[in-house]
Amino acid sequence: MGEQIPFTIEQFYKHMLQGKFIGGKCKKCGKIHLPPRPLCDKCFLNEFEWVELPKNGKLLTYTIIHVAPPQFQGMAPYAVGIVQLENGVKIPGMIKGIALEQIKIGMPLTIDFGTCAATQPWPQWPRYSFKPA
Amino acid sequence: MKGKPLVSIVSAGLSKFGKIEGLYARELFAEAAKEAYERCPNLNPKKDIQALFVGHMGESYEHQGHTGATAADWAGLLHIPAIRTEGACASSGAALRAGIYAVLSGLCDVVMVGGVEKMTHRTTPEVTEFLAMASDYPFEQWHGITFPGLFALMATAHMHKYGTTEKQMAMVAVKNHYHGSLNPKAHMQKEVTLETALSSRVIAWPLKLYDCSLITDGASCLILTKPELAKKYTDTPVHIVGSGQASDTIGMYEREEFTSLKAAKLAAKKAYEMANVKPEDIDVAEVHDCFTIAEIIAYEDLGFCKPGEGGHLAEKGETKLGGRIPINTSGGLKAKGHPVGATGTAQAYEIYLQLTEQAEKRQVKDAEIGLTHNVGGSGATAAVHIYRRE
Repeated sequence: MGEQIPFTIEQFYKHMLQGKFIGGKCKKCGKIHLPPRPLCDKCFLNEFEWVELPKNGKLLTYTIIHVAPPQFQGMAPYAVGIVQLENGVKIPGMIKGIALEQIKIGMPLTIDFGTCAATQPWPQWPRYSFKPA
Repeated sequence: MKGKPLVSIVSAGLSKFGKIEGLYARELFAEAAKEAYERCPNLNPKKDIQALFVGHMGESYEHQGHTGATAADWAGLLHIPAIRTEGACASSGAALRAGIYAVLSGLCDVVMVGGVEKMTHRTTPEVTEFLAMASDYPFEQWHGITFPGLFALMATAHMHKYGTTEKQMAMVAVKNHYHGSLNPKAHMQKEVTLETALSSRVIAWPLKLYDCSLITDGASCLILTKPELAKKYTDTPVHIVGSGQASDTIGMYEREEFTSLKAAKLAAKKAYEMANVKPEDIDVAEVHDCFTIAEIIAYEDLGFCKPGEGGHLAEKGETKLGGRIPINTSGGLKAKGHPVGATGTAQAYEIYLQLTEQAEKRQVKDAEIGLTHNVGGSGATAAVHIYRRE
């Protein structure tokens, strides 16, 4: 992956559509940004390299959404949580593939990349989710 | 001497809070302004007020932006400089802070700060969507995380780490509804039972309907001046002696911990230092109970108890009128209501009433020092102010 690819949210999701789960690592301080950012908030450097993110992590906290915005109401009740990946990076998302009452803080989860139709209006981001590892 | 006054509040106004049919934001703001003018006959608004800072979260509700000039016009204050401040649910906490900047800079002698939101004419799904705009779009909203959902994530984490219970959260709602029943301007002026709160429908587990604040219309404002000019306008000014504001990541998931709000802790630390007071010196406080768990976390972030003990504080009734430190005597966002842009200065309005002995049935006896805690979004903005009576 060349340096010319911008370190942005848009690029994070484009990569995911290509089956790659990656963040931007600051070449100076080593902080891994998820999402990638064009300016490191720790050292103000703008030189990064792409790093692959671990697909597995553990659940830090979760909730069961019953009242959802119109586009999600058909799925309710559904679970969302915050997952800490094996390298310490945190990411929120839906939790699928498990009965809601069986979800527990600390459980191991793995990411499932979603899909996204190229014809869909902005934003063309996949909706990834997590499932039991 | 506890804290040198930064600025002084010489008057304050609050519209009725509730489902106010047929009144738009600018008209609600005029109602709040009118009360502030009437409370302060020595003030000549057109001559004395030199700038307006007005908090307003969303233009989506009324398809109307540019709230600074609109509010100035409807408050009869043209042609002073007027701007809108936006920090989600802390929009008018930020307006108050901006007004302090203006007065302390020496550029203005007298300013009006306030806030407004008109919400109830829209459907609940629409309001849910507009409020969610205060959270991260690409990673939170996009993945179906609602605004109550973010605070539910904090609640689950708090329950797991400290053993906080759904009952303790419900006790916050019961207390705030009791306080709201004593406030003639509150949206909900009726008490609720613990059973009602606990058995209400689930919004985002573990949060239920009675853990959530209300969708409300309303406006609020304060008149600020330099401390040395305060007596020109009133015999009973309330001095602001501490002001802190801080920011944090828009995405809650990026934060170090989910059981406290770093921005609120930083803002509180700054305000306490400036005011030269400690948490135990506070006689009355209005905290940002957008959800019951947020009030429990506020107790801890503000130092009213140790981390993890917030639930017990609520359960023991220490924050109820008559308790060790009465919190949200107005009814809070839970019962007084939460017109998001108006909330920060509406909290200050309640403290103004308390410190000038005008809080009637909900008066805290001999209250000398008050505090407000206003949070935007899931904690990306926080403003804390400390007040002292003359």
